[in-house]
Amino acid sequence: MLTIKDLKVSIEDTVILNNLNLEVKAGEVHAIMGPNGTGKSTLASVIAGKDEFEVQEGSITYMGRNLLEMAVEERAREGIFLGFQYPVEIPGVSMTNFLRTSVNEIRKHKGLDKLPAADFIKLMNDKKKLVEVDSNMTNRSVNTGFSGGEKKKNEIFQMAMLDPRLSILDETDSGLDIDALKIVAHGVNALRREDNATILITHYQRLLDYIIPDKVHVIYDGRIVKSGGKELAIELEEKGYEWLKTHEKAL
Amino acid sequence: MADSDHIIDEFTKSEYKYGFVSDIESEAIPKGLTEDTIRLISAKKNEPDWLLEYRLEAFRIWQQMEEPEWAHVNYPAINYQDIVYFSQPKKKKLDSLDDVDPELLDTFNKLGISLEEQKMLSGVAVDAVLDSVSVKTTFSKTLEEKGIIFCSFSEAVQKHPDLVKKYLGSVVPKGDNYFAALNSAVFSDGSFCYIPKGVRSPVELSTYFRINAANTGQFERTLIIGDEASYVSYLEGCTAPRRDENQLHAAVVEIVALKDAEVKYSTVQNWYPGNSEGKGGIYNFVTKRGLAKGSNSKISWTQVETGSAVTWKYPSCVLLGDNSQGEFYSVAVTNNFQQADTGSKMIHIGRNTKSTIISKGISAGYSNNSYRGLVKMTPKATNSRNFSQCDSMLLGDKCGAHTFPYIKTYNKSSIVEHEATTSKISEDQLFYLQQRGIDEESAISLIVNGYAKEVLNKLPMEFAVEAQKLLSISLEGSVG
Repeated sequence: MLTIKDLKVSIEDTVILNNLNLEVKAGEVHAIMGPNGTGKSTLASVIAGKDEFEVQEGSITYMGRNLLEMAVEERAREGIFLGFQYPVEIPGVSMTNFLRTSVNEIRKHKGLDKLPAADFIKLMNDKKKLVEVDSNMTNRSVNTGFSGGEKKKNEIFQMAMLDPRLSILDETDSGLDIDALKIVAHGVNALRREDNATILITHYQRLLDYIIPDKVHVIYDGRIVKSGGKELAIELEEKGYEWLKTHEKAL
Repeated sequence: MADSDHIIDEFTKSEYKYGFVSDIESEAIPKGLTEDTIRLISAKKNEPDWLLEYRLEAFRIWQQMEEPEWAHVNYPAINYQDIVYFSQPKKKKLDSLDDVDPELLDTFNKLGISLEEQKMLSGVAVDAVLDSVSVKTTFSKTLEEKGIIFCSFSEAVQKHPDLVKKYLGSVVPKGDNYFAALNSAVFSDGSFCYIPKGVRSPVELSTYFRINAANTGQFERTLIIGDEASYVSYLEGCTAPRRDENQLHAAVVEIVALKDAEVKYSTVQNWYPGNSEGKGGIYNFVTKRGLAKGSNSKISWTQVETGSAVTWKYPSCVLLGDNSQGEFYSVAVTNNFQQADTGSKMIHIGRNTKSTIISKGISAGYSNNSYRGLVKMTPKATNSRNFSQCDSMLLGDKCGAHTFPYIKTYNKSSIVEHEATTSKISEDQLFYLQQRGIDEESAISLIVNGYAKEVLNKLPMEFAVEAQKLLSISLEGSVG
């Protein structure tokens, strides 16, 4: 589904990702871990298409297409979903209006008609139940005045609504109490299918107690230094990122 | 070039293509303004002597006045002797919508304007047996049964001279300001509306339904009177692009609300704003004022302003009656080189009077958008309240937003609150929406409409939907 080859990314002359390789197949859940400031969120932003980053070398192929040539909204319509680490507030724009616009844009891209209002409301109600969000939330303005936990749950709710092919969840677990974490994990697990894939970007191993990844990658200094199964996450948790630095030096 | 400009440009060209200029009927009088011009206008309209005197007095006052320069706008000096003060230019009627420029029709469709209305707006002859006529007839009947008078100003002068004489100039006196004095001297036509005692108008009075509303000319005069315990919601203008060969527009609108009466006035102004280089466009210098004369009366202004090259407009309320209320809700959009200096005045005279001002300015391109407002609490206006909220939104970094609030309080028991914010559409907001599959233009439209929602919600339903689309069209191509 997604193939990243020899990716080099910089922002204002500072190289953030270098020589990064990653392969994600349909049906897989990948966890990307690593200390702060090593380029995890940059990777998410580059896949989503944020233009402040400059891709200097390498390629990203998504569903057989050159992802780097696609506009942000086209990537989204083709099924790439980014769960933001810091979801922005958009005052005055109701969640319902926002999601209806979004759902219909994606449907239009697929050659489908707009979803009738009744079907849309039913879809919202179903998905609200799935991720256990407050039913009042859809009447509020996008993220406006939401608590940290509400914002994160809202990201998962949007993911459920848009039914993406590839979801990248950028530190969705950070700042969540254990109950909210369980709800978020439950949502991700419920949406997991053979034809979609998820990249979990996380700082802590905690989230992986609830979402079992197929693969775990450790990113350090702009590239993936170690990949393995879920046991790698446990090893990291025990030994800490310091272990990685020594490990890195040893390489 | 922005799409909207393109469309308007095309529209302009198309009018010339159809011989707009050469087709002016010979009813025009020569350029220039003297007492004779005014006598001629009055005679052509077969006006009573008192109205001629009214005009002449206004003219004498106007001659002593100087054009105001305090507004935050710049425009070349206007030569008042180079204007034709009476003409009834009539566009050549087209045979069908097929003859209308397709791009203009495209704008109409984007706005969701009905076919019938499209024909009217683009100057296609409307067949007398079409539905709209029967709608109009039903409409007139409904009003007649309730005793509501809704007609052109000229008609009112002939048929209801006592009402006109009693209220004309009672809210905006002849010498109120330079442009109001000019209007009082030379006004062409406009609307007149009277709601009798205790009557609630069952329908929204829209100028669209008033026959002959189309060519009211550049000096429009409107008078709305809500008698005791009456209610009316009045709509002026339309969301479709409007092109006029007269550059200067100086209209006056007066509203009187007697005891327990409520008058709601909503307008969408979409005059030609000039091209993307700032050439051409209408100067819109309007005086709109309501007098909440009786106790418990209420006057509410809602405006969506997207057009005109230069706008100078401050719909105001004089709260004379005890417990009377005034409201002002405004969305003003400026793009390219447009300049708007707009806001409201709330003059509290009666006791326990209340006013609300919600102003949302949106500037894009190289435009300048100013809010100017006055809240005055006179000594007698005890226990009165005002709340003002003036928000500005900037798109891009070449435009300007300015706020000039004046607050004058002459008693200790009144409360005046003023809140102001300035915001920019952030890259993060755009990216967030784009990441959900929404393209940039739609994302901006979503954000802007969200920002202006408080005001748009005050518009009558159908108008609100069109106004939302209009905001998007006005801002098309303003980013990126």
